[in-house]
Amino acid sequence: MVEWFVWVQVVIAVLAGTAAVIAGFAKVTPNDYSLGATLLVEALLIVQLVMAIVAPFLGNVATGSALEFWIYLVSAILIPPAAVMWGLIERNRWSTVILGVACLSIAVMVYRMSQIWFVQLA
Amino acid sequence: MTSTRSSTASGIGRVLIAVYAVMALGATARSLFQIATKFDEAPFAYLLSAVAGLVYIVATVALIRSGRTWYRVAVVAIVFELVGVITVGTLSLVDAVLFPADTVWSAFGAGYLFIPLALPVLGLIWLYRVRIAEGRR
Repeated sequence: MVEWFVWVQVVIAVLAGTAAVIAGFAKVTPNDYSLGATLLVEALLIVQLVMAIVAPFLGNVATGSALEFWIYLVSAILIPPAAVMWGLIERNRWSTVILGVACLSIAVMVYRMSQIWFVQLA
Repeated sequence: MTSTRSSTASGIGRVLIAVYAVMALGATARSLFQIATKFDEAPFAYLLSAVAGLVYIVATVALIRSGRTWYRVAVVAIVFELVGVITVGTLSLVDAVLFPADTVWSAFGAGYLFIPLALPVLGLIWLYRVRIAEGRR
């Protein structure tokens, strides 16, 4: 993991998530912005996936459990597509809130992944 | 009700289900990891975490499904969660060896942004509102 990229991911996921939750409660149905933002969060996770595969070969290894890190990463990658599918199938405002919840979950999970990678000495 | 859709899965109930689904995934996956790698450190707490994960799965399914039975299953699962998070939350502050900080209910779910504490309360409020709205059960 690269620290600045973690922060990019967390900030974008928090912004996308907060905006979608607010939009949903303001009765906005899923649109290109909320769906696109969730897909952006997913795209960053895919980049993180590639980085996590490559990093150990460059000497950047997790200080904590690699297994736990990967459980988080794989779980995280599953969440945004599920939320986007939900938003495409059911076009009401609650689906927008769900897109937001998904993005906020990713923010928390990425933060947790960074703790496992950088600070956990297990 | 002419709708074939479960009333607990309508409106904002959808959001509740989504949050439950994420908690189910998170709690179950993490407890399985803990049981697989460091079960000896706190066997009781990690087993209880796995149970908590399973109860989140049950609650998610029960909220999605319609009918009286599933409504009751949802109530039982969510009450179990509320009791669990309060009991384990309190015990974890008293006995950090029996309940280390890294389980879903430790310190009232602080490691999960207190969502484990808020979720059952919101869940029960939602179930109560559905029951009032339907005027039956």
